[in-house]
Order: sequence, then structure tokens, then C-alpha cells
Amino acid sequence: MRRPRQPLFLARATYRRRRLRDAARLVPVVGAFLLVLPLFWAQGGAGPVVVFVFLVWALVIGLAALLAPGLEQPDPPQNPGGDD
Amino acid sequence: MAGKVLLIEDEANIAEAIRFLLTRDGCQVEVIGDGQLALQRLRGDLPDLVILDLMLPGASGLDILATLRAEPRGRAVPVLMLTAKGQERDRDAAERAGVSAFMAKPFANADMRAKVRELMGQG
Amino acid sequence: MPFDILVLSCFVYVIFLFAIAFFGERRAELGGMGFLRSPTVYTLSLSIYCTAWTFYGAVGYGARSGIEFMTIYLGPTLVFVGWWWVLRKLVHIGRQQRVTSIADLISSRYGKSNGLGVLVTLIAVVAATPYIALQLQSVTLSFAVFASDQPVGWATPIRASTALWVAGGLALFTILFGTRRLDAKEQHHGIVIAIAVEAVVKLVALVAVGSFVVWGLAGGPGAVIDRIEAVNLPGWQLQPGRWVGLIALSAAAVICLPRMFQVLVVENIDERHLARASWAFPLYLFAMCLFILPIAMVGLERMPADTNPDMMVLTLPLAHGQGALAMLAFLGGFSSATSMVIVETVALATMLSNHVVMPLWLRLRPEATQSADLRGGILLARRLSIIGVLGLGLGYYRVSGGSAALAAMGLIAFAGMAQVLPALLGGIFWRGASRVGAILGLITGFATWAWTLFLPSFGQDAVIPAQVFAHGPFGLSWLRPEALFGTAAMDPLIHSIFWSLTLNAAAFFAGSILSFPDPVERIQGAAFVNAFDAEAQGGRLGWTHGQAEPEALLNLAQRILGEEALTFFEAEARAQGKEGYLPDMTPAFLTELERRLAGSLGAATAHAMISQLFGRATVTVEDLMAVASEAAQIAEYSARLEANQTELTRTARQLREVNEKLTQLSVQKDAFLSQISHELRTPMTSIRAFSEILTEGDLPAPQVADYGRIIHEEAKRLTRLLDDLLDLSVLENGAVQLNLGLAHLGELLDRAAAVASQTRPDRAFRIERDVTVEEIYLRTDADRLVQVFINLISNARKYCEADPALLRIAIRHRAGRVTVDFIDNGRGISKENQALIFEKFARLTDQTKAGGAGLGLAICREIMANLGGTVAYLPGQRGAAFRVTLPLRLERSAA
Repeated sequence: MRRPRQPLFLARATYRRRRLRDAARLVPVVGAFLLVLPLFWAQGGAGPVVVFVFLVWALVIGLAALLAPGLEQPDPPQNPGGDD
Repeated sequence: MAGKVLLIEDEANIAEAIRFLLTRDGCQVEVIGDGQLALQRLRGDLPDLVILDLMLPGASGLDILATLRAEPRGRAVPVLMLTAKGQERDRDAAERAGVSAFMAKPFANADMRAKVRELMGQG
Repeated sequence: MPFDILVLSCFVYVIFLFAIAFFGERRAELGGMGFLRSPTVYTLSLSIYCTAWTFYGAVGYGARSGIEFMTIYLGPTLVFVGWWWVLRKLVHIGRQQRVTSIADLISSRYGKSNGLGVLVTLIAVVAATPYIALQLQSVTLSFAVFASDQPVGWATPIRASTALWVAGGLALFTILFGTRRLDAKEQHHGIVIAIAVEAVVKLVALVAVGSFVVWGLAGGPGAVIDRIEAVNLPGWQLQPGRWVGLIALSAAAVICLPRMFQVLVVENIDERHLARASWAFPLYLFAMCLFILPIAMVGLERMPADTNPDMMVLTLPLAHGQGALAMLAFLGGFSSATSMVIVETVALATMLSNHVVMPLWLRLRPEATQSADLRGGILLARRLSIIGVLGLGLGYYRVSGGSAALAAMGLIAFAGMAQVLPALLGGIFWRGASRVGAILGLITGFATWAWTLFLPSFGQDAVIPAQVFAHGPFGLSWLRPEALFGTAAMDPLIHSIFWSLTLNAAAFFAGSILSFPDPVERIQGAAFVNAFDAEAQGGRLGWTHGQAEPEALLNLAQRILGEEALTFFEAEARAQGKEGYLPDMTPAFLTELERRLAGSLGAATAHAMISQLFGRATVTVEDLMAVASEAAQIAEYSARLEANQTELTRTARQLREVNEKLTQLSVQKDAFLSQISHELRTPMTSIRAFSEILTEGDLPAPQVADYGRIIHEEAKRLTRLLDDLLDLSVLENGAVQLNLGLAHLGELLDRAAAVASQTRPDRAFRIERDVTVEEIYLRTDADRLVQVFINLISNARKYCEADPALLRIAIRHRAGRVTVDFIDNGRGISKENQALIFEKFARLTDQTKAGGAGLGLAICREIMANLGGTVAYLPGQRGAAFRVTLPLRLERSAA
């Protein structure tokens, strides 16, 4: 089953939506990256790690909250899926 | 047959022929060869009959007819329109504008004279 | 605090929950969902992720391992903020396919295979049973804390009966609200609203205890942070393997746990709610975790060394005389435990009844689809399953007797359920994933998990002899449960997760690429992987050659879906334009019906039921290929149509243009004919009138001469007109015979001027020429060129009103082309008329003066075209000006 042909270039609104999705996909990657960082810190107390992890946690929650309203909107009809 | 005829015709030779024929029949014929001049002339005293060519320089026969019919005093004046084309479209427009009779070019002299007589109420 | 009051308030709280659930159900039945449908309730219902294990166990975990406890909440956070990767698709598929459980999703994806459903159900039950036991244990323990003045160990006299009471109460609640109705979609609004309320209670309780600890005991957040900075317990060191491994494990668990799947996918009302939950649920987890470490630290400092850290949330307030706070904490823990058990039980009972009980029943009594009260049967199966699941949990609790710390049990369950992950992710992202692969992967992963983690968790010599721990089974040391392939250095938990998931994924992959999926599986694979692609949801395949009677089908559907079946059949009949009758059994209709039945029974059972009616269970590969090629043909056809459409549009536009041109031509032709008619009739009128006058005879001689001259004049005019028309027609058709020869330009102008002087010979008219530049020999048709010159000079003579009139003829010769300009000193031609003058019969002034038919310039233009040149009006010369351009040497070909 062939996919419906899609236009090579997108209208501005659609383009913005796509990039918003890219950003949404990137959030957990950023989170995971930051959460792995403390493993490479020079040995110290647990304290700074705790504070850092909570800060990262708050950051990704904030980012997700920022992106969520834009992602909530359904696709315009001519763009089924838009998985990429 | 007596009466004043205003002949509006730009072809000098045709005008001469009509003038000759109607003068011989006893009419007073005044010839004007230009539309604008004719419009000016019609502001003065009105003739008993207007013979009007459809295609004129200055202003078209239809314009002159419409101007004449727009005035209350001009409504009673009979107008005989000469057409060379004989196209339905122009005839319709002329009829709507209030033409009294048509005369296609070329015409037989007798027909033309009969028509003039008829229109001047002497037939 | 008196124990009686505790029991009473607990009882009141339970009644309150029943009331809320009842209210939720009523609201849902009445259709007015309102707040129940909000994303907030959805987010709160997700909080069943935080069970008693979080409420009590996290503090214990934090006390033992420090920051590591946070991994359990960081994994889900990453999954949720990254919802666009997996959760969005999972929820979409769940709603699209009316999935009833995670076992149903796996079974449906891999060709509606009930075997897989049974396998996943088995894993889920095995993994969840200890977890349910853990919840019962936590409630029992918390009761025990209150029952004695001193915090006690694991054994209390009332332990067994408490667990039984709790299990019984939960069974009642779950049966009441979990099997109230048999919906097309397995949704339980009462339960969802109740657990949303419990979510609030547990958050409030934990935050209250935490605030008391931070501000009441520790002396503010600053002091707490200072203390955390200073802490240096051996267990608090960050272990890279466990840190990464546990984050990954909890991330997998939050998708795979049956209860999470239930609230996340099955109970989802609106896919958009996920957007809110993507950040709100992590925020909830964040809030839950905020006070865990402070409570743990203060507890470690202040409580006696033998205190069970898992109960510090309760014992800390109690030890400091905060009875009410302890009460609140107790209710929080109670909420955590009960909400988890309820949802887990519903999820497991759905799996059990859809994948085990119902298929067994239908196998044993195949006539059931025809006759028995199916709805009753299904509900009974559901209820029995609920009792069975709770009974299993209770039994496990009694048998194990609380063998391990809470946290360990939770992680074991996580790891067990995570075995579904490869089949799940592979199923929704990889079309090549096949049933054989899924079965192999699940079995391999499950076995590895059981061998390396689950069975060892009972302790040495409990299930696996110590001998095997040390030397492996049958002396195969590379199969030692905690050191597979010799990896003894790994942490036992990470060791198990690593090996089980690795082997699982490997088997899944190998099985998938080496097997060939059957058609249903391939259809389902396409539908799942391309869930957002409407084309893949075609559903044309399925029951194409069926011969079931619609009555039988309605009968079956009614016995499962109840009233809804009739509504659905009526709506379909209406859509087919057969209102008042039963609908035709179109493939699309049957597919949708199966989907709805699947919403109650699971995909596999629904498929099996319909196939019983249809007398055939599967689609053939030929069917699949037919559908595929049909789809391809349709795509091809529509592409061609699209191309044709463009072609048609283009052709239509061209036609329209041609039509416009033709219409224009036709109008021009009419105008031309009527012009000719006019031009012919005008001289004819004079000729006829005067010849009649002359015929009459009685005219004086001078007048006869005059009129005779007029007739002659008009006759000449007529002839000229006919000549011109003929000329023009010949020129326009390009049929003109050119007489090429060398000619002297000056001579040609002389000839033209001489002829033109006959036009208005009376006028004073001067022509200004430069004889020296006229010394040019042209190769052209001299007569034709002279004709053009005559025309232009005559026009100037006719129309130039200046006195004295002057015509200047200017000649230039450049690059093989000669231009001859005719410029007079008259008024010129207005801009709008410049375009008109070359048209036929375009006379700008009156007839007499022109003395021609108005064809002159039109003829000139045609002549010049024939001579390979042009004639054009030259604007901006003050007077009228025409420029004739022509080649110096005209070759034959140009003619």
C-alpha cells in the first residue's frame, strides 16, 4: 500500500507543527542525557546529586508543559498521521 | 404634400437624392450631415418629419432619436430611419427608442415617397 | 489512638469511596460526564502507578539506597514527557482497536492469536500476584502499627484476618464497579473517579507528613538540604548500573504494567488528555518524591535502629504524638494500596476472562454462541476472575508470609512485566514483528526472569536449592541463577533485567525474521504500525465470503453488547440506506462489529466467535494478496485519475481559450460582414435613387449631367471597394504573387507622390524629402510598395489639417533594413485611435472626406507583412507619423 503523496514543502503552520513535534521527541532525550551526567561526577556527597536530579526533573516537566498545548491540536485533514 | 422634413444623412449623394425627390413632392427639406449639428438643430423648432440615417459621424442615429424622444414635444414627431445594415439588433434598439418606420438602403424611390407621405399623415 | 476509631474511619472512608464510584457510574450512565471526562481526572487516575510501595516503600527504599529510589519515578517521567514517541501511538491504537488489556493488544497485533493472549495473561498474573500480596501486606502492616503501641515487626496476631477483610472488601468493590456493565469498551467510570479521589488523598497525606517532618522536625528545607549534603551512608552511593538500569526498567514498567495499561489506554476517553498528562503526571510523581528523602533521613536519625523503614511514614508522626496526621497517612497508604489492587484486579480479570475463561467455555460448549446467555456468562467469568486474582494475591501473601522488603517485590514485578515490552514496541513500530517471534521472546524472557529473579526471590533452598545457586543446575555453572554466562559481578536485579530482556529481544527478533506471518497477522501488523494512516485501517478484509445470516449475527451481538447491538445494527442499516431492515453483511460492517465485540471479549475471542458463525476461521493468503492488489490498483487508479484531472483541466482551459478566440473571431466576422454590407449599400443607394430619377426623364440637362456624374462616382467607389476587399483577401491569405525586382527607392517615392497628388488636388501640400538618402536600391515588389506609399501620402493629404501642410519623408538604412517615415505637421492621431487605424473599416472621420472604404491601412499592413516588413504608427512626432520598415533585399522565402 503506497503512502499518499505528500507535498515536498509545507505551509508555515504545518512546518511549525512538525518542528514542535521534533522538539517533543527531543525532551526525553535531553532528560536522559542530563540524568546520566551525575554518574560521571567526581565522587562526592549525595546532596548535590539530589538537588541536580530534582532540577532536571523540574526542567523536563516544564518543557513538556510548554509543548503540550501545541501538540494537543489535531492534524489538519490533508496530513494523515504526520508521523515524521 | 407639404411640410418640413429634416433629413439627417452624412452621405452627400444619398441626401441629394432624397432632397430632390421630396422637394419635388412639395416638401421643405433641410439637410444636415453631422450628428452633433443635428442635435443642435433639434433644439430649435421641430420639423414635421425627421429622416434619420443610422450611421452618422458625431452622434449615431440612435442617440439623436433618443434625445428627440426624451423631450415631450419631440414625442409626436414621426421619425423615419434609414438603415444600410438592416440588422435586427439595430432595428430592435431603434424600435425601443421610439422609431416610427424603417427604410432599408437601397430603396425604391416610390416606396420612400409613399412612406414619407404616410408618416406625414397625407397618405 | 484507639484502634476502634481507626477501623471506623477506615470503614467510613471505604463507604465514601463506594459513594464516589457510584456517583461516577450514575453520571456516566446519564451521559453527563462533565468533570469525569477532564484530563485532570485522567492524570490523577494514572497515579495508581504510586502504590503502597511508593507510599510506604519509597521511604524505606530511600533510607536504604538514598537517591536511587527516584529511578522508579524518573523512568515514567521520561516516558511521559516523551509521549510523542510511544504513548501517543499506544493510546491511539488502543482506542482504534478497542483494546481491552495489554494481553488483548499483543494478541490482537499478532493475528488475534489467543495463545499469545494466554501467555501474556500468565506473565501478568505471575508478576502481579506478589505485587497484590504486597499491597495487602502493607495495609496489614499499617493496621498493625496502630494496633500495638510499639511499632512491631512482621508478625501480628490480627495479620491474617486483616488481609482477608481487605481482600474481601476489595473484591466486593471491584465486582460492583468493575463488572457492572458489559460495555463495548471496557471502561469503568466509577472506578476511575474513585481512584482519582484516592490519588488526591495519597498526595495530600504524603505532602502533609513531609511538611510536618521538614518544618516540624528538621527545621526547614535549608536544614534538610544541608543534612542531605552531609549524608554519607554507604548505600547512598550512586551505582551507575542500577541507576541506568532501574530508570529503564521503570520506564518499561509504566507502559507494560497491566494496571497502568488499563488506566492509560483502556480507560482513556480522549486521546488529547495525554497531552495534559504528559507533564501533569510527572509533576505528580515529582510532588510525591519531594519529601521522601527528608522523611527517610529524619526517620533514620530519630527512630530506633530496629524500626522498619518501610513504615516510617506512619511511625514518625505517631512517635511524635501526631495522631491525626498518622491517621491521614494511614488513609493515604490505604488509598495507594486499594486503588492499585482494584485496577490491577480489573485488568487481570479482564485478561483472564477474555483469554482463558471465555475461550475455554466456548471450547467446551461451542453451542454457547447460539443459545446461552452470553452476557451473563461473560460477567460471571469476569467476577470469578476477580475473585481468583484476589484469592491468588491473598494466598501468596499467606504462603510467603511477607518474605521480603516491599521495594524488592515491586521491582521483581516490574521486571516480570517488562518482558512484554519487546513484543509491544516491536508490534507497534515494526511490521516484520511476527507471532512466532513474540511467543519465543515472551517465553524466553519470562523463563529467564523466573530463573534469575523470581524464583531466587523466595530465598535459597525455598524453590531453588542453594546447591544450584552456587554451581548451577546439573553442574552447569554458566546457568547459575545469579550469574548467567559467568556474569557474577553484576547486581542480581540488573543481572536479571539485562539477561531476560536481552534474550527476550534476541528471540523475538530471530523468531520474527525467520517466520512467515499469516494473513490476519499481516493485516493487523499494518493496522498497528500505520495506526495514524487511514489507508491502513481499510478493514476491507475479513469476512468477505461469509454466509452468516444477519439475524444470527444480531442475535449474537445482542447477547454480548445488549441494547447497543441493536443501535449499531440500525445505524449501519441507515447508513446502507436500508432503514428498518437488517444491514447487509458488508466486510466493513463485519470488521466494525468484530471490533465492537472485541471491546468486550478481546480481539481473539471476538474473532473466534464470528468465525464460528461464518464457518471459517482465517483469511487466506490469496485474500490478502487480493486486498493488497486491490488497494494498489485503487491507489494507481486514483493517481491516474489525478493525472487525468490535471490533463483535463489543461485541455478545458485551452478549449475555453480557443472558444473565446472563436467567439471573438465570429463577432469580428459579423462586424466585418455588416461593415461590408454597409459599405456596399451606401453607393448602391445613391446609384439606385439617381438612376430611377434619371429614368423618369423630365430633368433639365445640367441636372442630368450632375446626377450622371454622381452615379459614375459611386460606381467607381463600389469598384474600388470590391478591388480593395479582393486585394485584402488575397494578401491576408498569403496567396499574393510577388513580383520581386530591384527598385530605386527615390523613384518609388516619386511615383507614389505623383499618384497621391490626385487626392484633394486643390490643397497646398508640400513634401519634404532628402534625395541623397533615397539613393537606395531595394529588392522588393515595387508596385506593392508604391501602393503602400500612395496610401500613406494620400492619407496625409486627406487628413492633415495644417496650413500649409507639410509631409516629411525620412529614410534610414541600417543593418539590411530600411525604414521610411512619413511625418506630417497635422494634429496626429490620438492614442486610443492609434491601435484602431490598421483595422478594417476603421475610419476616424466622415465618409466623404475619406472617399474610401477604410481599408487602406489594413491593406498596407498586409502588404508590408508580405514584403517581410511592417508599417506602424510612430507616436510622439507631433503630427501623424507612420514608419514603414522593410528588408533591403527580400528573398523569395520571406514572401
